[in-house]
Formats: sequence, structure tokens, C-alpha cells
Amino acid sequence: MMSPMQDLIASWPHAHPEELLAGFALAALIVGAWGGDKLFGFLCNLAVLVLFGAGAWAIYDAPVAPVELFQGALVADGLGVFAKVLIAWSAGATLALGADHFSKTKEQRFEFPVLVVLAVLGMFVMVSARDLISLYVGVELQSLAAYVLAAWRRDDARSSEAGLKYFVLSAISSGLLLFGSSFVYGFTGAIRFDAIAAALHEGAGGIGIIFGLVLMLCALGFKMSAAPFHMWTPDVYEGAPTPITAFFAAAPKVAAAVLMARVLYGPFAAITAQWQQVVVALSAISMMWGAIAALLQTNLKRLMAYSSISNMGFVLMGLACGAPEGPSSALLYLALYLPASIGIFALILAMRREGAAVETVADLAGLAQRRPWMASAWTMLLFSIAGIPPFAGFIAKFVVFRAAVDANLVWLAVLGGIAAVIAAGYYLRLLAAIWFAPATQTLAPASGAVFVTASAAALLSFPVLVIALGVLEQSAHWAVGRSF
Amino acid sequence: MTELMHFPWLSIVTFLPGAGAVLILLARVFSRGEDKGYDAAVRLLTLIVTIATFFASLFAFAIFDPAAQGFQLVENLPWALGFSYHMGVDGLSMTLILLTTFLTPLCILASWSIEKQVSSYMILFLILETLMIGVFCAMDLVLFYLFFEGGLIPMFILIGVWGGQRRVYAAFKFFLYTLLGSILMLVAIVAMINIAHTSSIPDLIAFAGRAGFAPGVQLWLWLAFFASFAVKLPMWPVHTWLPDAHVEAPTAASVVLAAILLKMGGYGFLRFSLPMFPYASHFFTPMVFALSAIAIVWASLVAFRQLDMKKLIAYSSVAHMGFVTLGIFSGTLQGIQGGIYQMLSHGIISGALFLCVGVVYDRMHTREIAFYGGLVNRMPVYAAVFMLFTMGNVGLPGTSGFPGEILTMVGAFQINAWFVVAAASGVILSAAYALTLYRKVALGNIENPKLSAILDLDGREWVTFAPLMVATLIMGLAPSIVLHFTEGAAQSIVSAYAGGATP
Repeated sequence: MMSPMQDLIASWPHAHPEELLAGFALAALIVGAWGGDKLFGFLCNLAVLVLFGAGAWAIYDAPVAPVELFQGALVADGLGVFAKVLIAWSAGATLALGADHFSKTKEQRFEFPVLVVLAVLGMFVMVSARDLISLYVGVELQSLAAYVLAAWRRDDARSSEAGLKYFVLSAISSGLLLFGSSFVYGFTGAIRFDAIAAALHEGAGGIGIIFGLVLMLCALGFKMSAAPFHMWTPDVYEGAPTPITAFFAAAPKVAAAVLMARVLYGPFAAITAQWQQVVVALSAISMMWGAIAALLQTNLKRLMAYSSISNMGFVLMGLACGAPEGPSSALLYLALYLPASIGIFALILAMRREGAAVETVADLAGLAQRRPWMASAWTMLLFSIAGIPPFAGFIAKFVVFRAAVDANLVWLAVLGGIAAVIAAGYYLRLLAAIWFAPATQTLAPASGAVFVTASAAALLSFPVLVIALGVLEQSAHWAVGRSF
Repeated sequence: MTELMHFPWLSIVTFLPGAGAVLILLARVFSRGEDKGYDAAVRLLTLIVTIATFFASLFAFAIFDPAAQGFQLVENLPWALGFSYHMGVDGLSMTLILLTTFLTPLCILASWSIEKQVSSYMILFLILETLMIGVFCAMDLVLFYLFFEGGLIPMFILIGVWGGQRRVYAAFKFFLYTLLGSILMLVAIVAMINIAHTSSIPDLIAFAGRAGFAPGVQLWLWLAFFASFAVKLPMWPVHTWLPDAHVEAPTAASVVLAAILLKMGGYGFLRFSLPMFPYASHFFTPMVFALSAIAIVWASLVAFRQLDMKKLIAYSSVAHMGFVTLGIFSGTLQGIQGGIYQMLSHGIISGALFLCVGVVYDRMHTREIAFYGGLVNRMPVYAAVFMLFTMGNVGLPGTSGFPGEILTMVGAFQINAWFVVAAASGVILSAAYALTLYRKVALGNIENPKLSAILDLDGREWVTFAPLMVATLIMGLAPSIVLHFTEGAAQSIVSAYAGGATP
């Protein structure tokens, strides 16, 4: 048994990415308090570097076998590495978009990069949590930063409403998470995931465990914005400033999905049959409701909110499988879906006319004639997110379908197929506006950051990720194989 | 010779148009604006790329050995998830590839009058060509699906941007209808890969010949594939997207839809349904025969009552595809050879007929049959060309329409005579509607004063029609040239089907 100090020293080298993020956040806070908002640009650029660096460092430090850190509170393993890379890089891309956007809208406050990095740190803790306490601490660190970000426009009613709504509802879900955790602790006598798994293996629990697990699943479903716990999503997406919405739509989804994978396939692996029903239901409702409700939206950000709900349903389909193919297919899905999501938000950011942001479907009219480059990027990204081959989004859906069919959930795969067809309906509506509608007013040309992000996202959707799919597949396989 | 065999011909044929599309895209990004001269250059470049693709496919055709068994010009690279980039052709796919590369330059010529967003149009057309050729080359189920479904994207935009009055409705209907059919096939593809542990098409055919899918499973898989291919072909009663899409699409897209996209359905039946699910194919043959016979008779009757020229030809396509399914599901050598022949011939004739409509539409901007009449007086050459393709559509001996129809009926007669009686009546009905159309449009005196100044075919249109006329006559007078190439493929489908039709 190591002393706490020895443990800290032994754990230190395995947590470099987290230390980098925490160090940057604390230092930036002090520097910012000193230098004020004129450091906004510098801190944002540095934060982007730090985020991309943290992702790269996670790959560089990838452990061969799972390593317990900080007295078993955290674990460094393949799953964590894969998730951290996705989280850090997608957060870096959205932070770059935000820096560009806020310097245009004159909302340069230096807290922005600090809060994003703190949220990412929370997500890093979430995806490497190994007991119920660190799980909760990670979730809260992420959420607290996110509340402030959602209410970033203090003097704007919609933004404040988004922040408040997010805070109240999220607090309820945090309460559910704690309540559920207390059930689990009460009936197994353990907070460490491996101890819970061992207790369940020996037949501990019964109905109390089920209660605890269902409450925890509700809370995690809320964080993932899975239906029927999605009500906050459209309002927050619409109210928050667009780069912050882009951030919400990417990194936190990965963190919540991976945390769910960790909880379900770690401590609760012994009662797969019990949780599987819940996850299957969450998946089916999310896919269908996300697809149907989006049909009637005219605001692009609300539409993307429902689209992300539907996509989380597909991730949950992967998680519902109950076999190692399940989480690895969910990871692949996230990796293939994120570029399209970020790219589309970058393009929404670029929708400015006469200095003001516009965000309805009708504002896209005639884009193909006036801004052919933007129209091409929209087309590629929308077809990718709709899951139409040969784009990456199709491969993502194919992978989860295959995992579901493997796990004898053929009906869920068929339902997912139907949801995909319904969802194609509203993506096509956007494409119809872009291509078929006559041009009315021209959108302003896109800025450099948007151009780079959206082009990169489109090229990742096709052909880069499609050709390099083997690398991604092996990483996901490796990540899951090293973890469960 | 062996050097040539190992050259990746199929990849070159497939991706040459796509490379052309990327070239135009880059040119657009780096050019300052689009003016008349730029548009003309884009048109010319597209024509050159498509002609080069045609010659590349001719090269591949020259290397192809019709006597050899199995798939040729094979390329196989591992990709991911256990799938591979696996290309190969047999007699069936080689002829369909040639049809595609042969028709696309003609389509580009027919699109010369497009003025709106020329570079987008040409880019989409080139991407479409790549995807269509890829469908026939793919030897991996997943790769096949990528090409098969990907084709929806350019076609959706082509119909929606350059189409007629109700183009948006038609584009949506086309996309969602075919997507719903294909999604079921996707789930079946996943299930097949799970059962057989391979996604390679030759391996799956071999698997079906060895152990095969269990009869109960086969029925479901067959139905899922049927959902996709029947919509694509299209078969009655899931054909309703076709009249809308054909009528609203711009001329060249109508040609591609009728001539090539529909053939993917027939190709799918021949490549997957028959050899991989022989038991289910046998089981469902009466249903397919009944649907085919209904399609032939019913679509012919509907065609007879149409007021719009394109719609009439669209319904005649449904009827002709009825012969294709009749022949394919007879499972006999004559029937399958006839089905393939009918697909190729229909590709040329219906494509040509849509081009014929396009000629007068370009001049008068209407497709209403009643608007025209007496065109022979002002456009004698056009009337003659239109006559030839009308006769081909009727299936007159000496044109390419005849051998396909007769072979499918001979093949199906050996299985069930009654359905062939119904189908044969369709031959008479096709003469009724096609000749009526011709009489109303071309014969008689010019009644409509607006037609008094209409001009005959110009040089570009001549160049477009001449190859099609030659192909119609050659395929009509010497069918053995084509049948010789497809025989090996048809024979192997027949033997795979016969081996597993009874469990």
C-alpha cells in the first residue's frame, strides 16, 4: 500500500493532459485578471494550442494497460484516451470559432477560453472516472462551466434564459445522479467501480440497485440530451451564442456517452439484461423523436438540437448492445459524427447579413448561386450527418447497425433506419433551400476561421475519414479492448 | 498482356469522371468569376472527360475475355471493418459499364443548352457517372452500397435545380422513396455479413452455393433486397416516383435515370437475389411474375392515356422493365439473357426517346402532346429519327427492342405460360401507345401556328443521335454480338440459381 504522497507522485506522470489543462486555466485566470479583456485574442489562441496539445499528449501517453490514478479515483486507459482526443480536439475547433466570432461581435471577455478549458477538464475527469465521487465531480465541473457559457450574453434575454434553464434542469439531473449513486452505494457498500462490479457479481443488490441505476441513467441521459430528457436542448441551443452551441453539441456529448459506457460496461456489466431495456428505450425514443420534431423547425440551431438528439439515439443504439462491439461502435459513431456537427455550426456562424446574424432555413435560400463554396460545404456536411453514403456519417450509422444486429437488436436497427429516412427529410429541406430556392439576399463572405473549419470538416467527412477508416476502427477497437 | 491485365483499369474508368469533377471544382474556387467563356470551357472539358472515360472503358472491354469464368480485371485492397476495395467485372457488368460510358457523353452533348450554373451541373453529372460505373464494378457489398446510394445525391440536386415546374416535389419524392427502399437492404446487408462472415460478392455467391443462407432467413433477406431493387427498377406498384422524377428532370437526367439508374435494379436482382437467395427467388417467382404481368399491361394502358410526352415514355419504361423481371425470374438461360438484353436495349431506346422529347422541348418549351402535330412537314430528319426509336420501343424485329422481348417471353414460357400470354398482350399495347404518340406528334398537317417556324435537327443533335441509331440497328440485326459477351455471366447465374432453388 502506497502512502498518499507516493500515490500522488506515481499518478502524476499519467495525468499530463489534465495537468496541462488545469495549469492553463489557473494561470490564464490570474493573467486575465491582471491584463483584462485585451488579452482575449492571445488567451484564445493559446487555449486552442493547449487543447490540441492535450489531445496529442493523451495519445503520446496512451497506456498499454489500464493504470489507476489518485488512489483509484481515476483511471488512464484506452477508452479515456480515445474520448479525450475527441473532446479536446473538438473543443479546440469550437474555441477557435468562438474567438473569431466574439472578436467580431465585440464580446471579448477573457473568461471565455478559461471556462471552455475548465469544462474540458471536467469532461476529462468524467471519461476517466473510476468511482462514483470522481464521476460526480467531473460532471459538476463540466456543468458549472457550461451554465456560465450558456448565459454568456448577460444582457440578452434569450441567452440568460438559456443559462437559467440549463442550470435549473441540470441541477435536477445532478440531484438524480447523486440520489442514484447513493442507492448504488447503499446496496453494494462500495463507491469504486470495480468494487461495485465485484459486489454485483456476488449477487448483491436487487431492486435497490435497479432503482439507483435507473436514476443514474436518467441523469446521464439528460447530460447526453437523450429523449425523453431532452427538453432543455432546443432552448439552450437556440439561446446560447452560436460558437458556444457548437461547443455544447460536440465535446460534452462525447463525455456523457463515454461516461455512460464506462458505468454500464464497468460496474454494472453483471446486470446487462436489466439496463439494456432502459438504454434500448432511450435510443429508440431519441432517434424517432429527434427526427420527427426536427421536421417542423425553422430555426437552424433548434433544428440542429433535434438533430443531435436523434444522433445521440444512434450512439445509444451502440451502447445498448451489451457486448464490446457496442461501445467501440459508439466511439466510432462519435468520431465520424463530430466533424459534420462542428462543420455545420461553423457554417451557421458564417450566416451573417449586413452585420447581423441570421439563423433560419429561409436565410439559406439561393446559397448555391451566390456562395458556391459555402453551398458545397453545406451539401457535403448535411449528407454526411444524414447518413447518406459515401460520407463518413453513413459509415457511422452502418457501424452501429452492425453492432445492433450482432446483439440481436434487429428491430432497433430497422427503427433506426426508418428514423434516418425521416431525418433525411429535414436535411433535404435545408438542401432544397440552398440549391433549389431562388437567391434573395446574399450572405456575407465567410471569415478565415469558418472557411478553414468548415472545409476541414467537409474533407474529413469525405474522403479523409472514409479512406482512413481503418486507423479509426483500430483505435476504437484498441480503446475498448484495453478498458473492459 | 499480363501487364495490361494487372493495370487498375476499373478504378481508372470509375474515377476518371470524378477526377474531372474535382478539376472543375478547383478551377471554380480559383477563378474570379463565371462568364460565357468559362461556361463553354467547362462544357468542353466535361465532354472530353466523358469521352476519355468511354475510351478507357473500351480498353477495359478489349482486355476482358468473355470466354473466361468468374470475375476479371479484379482489384482488391483491404479497407476497414473487414471490408475491402474490391472491384471486378463479368459479362453482365462490363456491358452495363459500356452502356453508361457510351451514353454519358451523349447526355453532355444534350445538355449543351443548359445556361444556369453550368459548372455545378457538369460537376454533378461527372460525380453521377463515377457512382454509376462504381455500382457495376463493386465486388464488395458495402462498396456496392456506397456507390448505389451515393447516386441519389447528384440526381436529387440535378432534378431539383434544373428540372421543370414541380421539380422540388419530384426531387424529394425520388430521394425519400428510394432511400426507404435501400435502408431495408442495408439492414439485410448487415445481417448477411454477420451470417456469412464476408462482404465479398464472389465469396457470398460461393457461400450460397455451398451451405447457403437458411431458407427462412433467405425469405427475409430476399424481401429486403427486393424492397430496394423493386423501387429502383421500378416494379408495379412502387413505381410512382418514376413518372414524377422523369417528367421533372432535365433531359439529360431523364436519360440517365431511364437508361442507367433503372438498370441498377435489374443488375441487383441478377447479382444478388438470384445467386445468393435461390430458394427465396424460386419461392417468390409467382409473385414477381404477377407483378411483372400487371406492370406490363397496366403501365401500357396508363401510357396510352398520357397527355405529356415524357410521362408517356416514363410509363412505357415501367412496362418494359416488366419484361426484364419476367425474364430474370424465369431462371432460364433464355430468360436471363433476354432480361439483360432488354435492359441494354431499353437503355439506348428510352434514352434516345427522352432526347427526342428534349429536342422539341428545347424549341417549344412544352411537352404537351396536343401542342404538336405534323412535325414531319418542318422536321423530316427529326421525324425519321423519332420513327426509328418508336419502332425500337414497340419491339419491331430489326431493332434492338425485339430480341430482348422475345427471349424473356421464351424464357418465362417454360415456367408459366399464362403470365406470358398477359405479357405478350403488352407488346400489342406498346405498339398502340407508341404509334399513337408518333402519329399525334409527327404526322398530319401542322395545325398549331407556333410550329410553323420550328427548325430541324442541328449538327450537335445529329452527333447525339447518330451513335444511338447505329447501336439500335446493330443490336437489332446482330444480337449475338452482345449475347456472346453476356452468356458466361448469365450461365453462371442460372447454375447458381438452379443449384439452390430447392432446399
